[in-house]
Amino acid sequence: MTLHGLIFYLLASVILASTGMAITRRNLVHAVLYLVFSFIGSALLFCLFGAPFLALLQVIIYAGAIMVVFLFIVMMVKPDLSEGTVLPLRQLLPMVLFGFMYAVVGVLVAVTDPAGRAVLETAVAKPTEFGHYVFARHYLAVEIISLILLIGLMGALHLGREKVPKEPEEPS
Amino acid sequence: MWFLGFVLLLLKTAIVLTILLGLAAYLILVERKLLGRFQIRFGPNRAGPFGIWQPIADGIKMILKEDTIPQGADRVVFKYAPAVVATVAILIAAVIPFSRDAILWGYDIPMVISDLNVGLLYVLALSSLSVYGVALGGWASNSKYSLLGGIRGAAQMVSYELPLGLSLVPVVMLAGSFSLVDIVNAQACYPFVVVQPIAFVIFLIAAVAESKRLPFDLPEAENELNAGYHTEFSGMRFALYFIGEYVHMMVLGALVAVFFLGGWRGPWLPPVVWLVLKALMVPFFLIWTRATLPRLRYDQLMHFGWKLLIPIALLNILATGAVMLWLRG
Repeated sequence: MTLHGLIFYLLASVILASTGMAITRRNLVHAVLYLVFSFIGSALLFCLFGAPFLALLQVIIYAGAIMVVFLFIVMMVKPDLSEGTVLPLRQLLPMVLFGFMYAVVGVLVAVTDPAGRAVLETAVAKPTEFGHYVFARHYLAVEIISLILLIGLMGALHLGREKVPKEPEEPS
Repeated sequence: MWFLGFVLLLLKTAIVLTILLGLAAYLILVERKLLGRFQIRFGPNRAGPFGIWQPIADGIKMILKEDTIPQGADRVVFKYAPAVVATVAILIAAVIPFSRDAILWGYDIPMVISDLNVGLLYVLALSSLSVYGVALGGWASNSKYSLLGGIRGAAQMVSYELPLGLSLVPVVMLAGSFSLVDIVNAQACYPFVVVQPIAFVIFLIAAVAESKRLPFDLPEAENELNAGYHTEFSGMRFALYFIGEYVHMMVLGALVAVFFLGGWRGPWLPPVVWLVLKALMVPFFLIWTRATLPRLRYDQLMHFGWKLLIPIALLNILATGAVMLWLRG
């Protein structure tokens, strides 16, 4: 085994182990932490494949923003989940369903392109090339996604707005 | 040959670490001295002349203190949370170029630990990870002061990351690269602060909020939360939070120098001295504001970030793009 392969299998086992821990922990903060480890592991995997741009986006967006929001909510709400089994039955069906879907997609990708060239080529693109590609070829998709994000933002603003008109402040 | 490269890398890392940690340790003394002067008193002056042995005395004291862990704390998370803050702050220093390339026996030696071509994103990624040290430290302590401080810290740092990143977009547009070495090279004629004063101000304000200093020190507001997220920490674990904060200040100073003030460029003096001088301006500014400004209220802090800094940063990007297109014809 080459050094490259050794690092790959090491990282892969770390990612698998931490993801496994993430979905079996009842303590939500620990679960979030294991998921962060898993994301950082996949970022290192991208680095190993020669795609530092993708790796850092992974860290900034997933580990640095989305998981912080998760952690924030868990800390604020503090749900009591000490009771019950590790995997309740009603969570089992969606888990199996989505797991199966991902497995099918993964197998299809592996069968159609065993060397993973098409995937790797997009992954190792430089930031400039990536920007040119996205904004020249797929501008419509970019616009649609940004519109959806804008709608989400406006929805959050609408939900967060106070319904009751403010009472006049007491004279101090 | 690779062995020589490895030794060189270790050497560079050792030198950068020594300078960074030394500066951070003495920054604490400088802060206490300056705060003393701002408040018309002397500051520490017992340990050696002008109190220069004070950081060493503090360090020894911190190591000898008892390492307490509160009852009901999450022991593992509690133990490692301070390390996250310090590690992340120190790791950012790896991409800061501190001089022009040295030519040694015919070899070109870059004066930076690692010239990543996505260096700017590396900086943003690491500074976004430092939230975990604060949030987890606050959560694991099992104390309401700490938890409130941790939650405040998480919300504040996530909010101010956006203006921090957005204010750097014009810099990337002007330099045409994410690499910090290229950004410094692009400022050969003039520093970017001349053409990007708004981005400079936004970056500086967001940096103050990221390092949780007054007037943005809500996560550790003394009069309401004791010491916020690090209330329960003692001994070396508390010291790690402290070191992390001061290293972060130094690193932010170096980043301001690299992005807006031309990095190591400057006449007469050697490049490293220029970089350190420029980098020290930011901690000095932070200490000065600490002695001058009152603390914001929490909703004011959030409004300021989301409703003022982010729109201005977005407009600044648009304006920069328009001017660049116009100048190119």
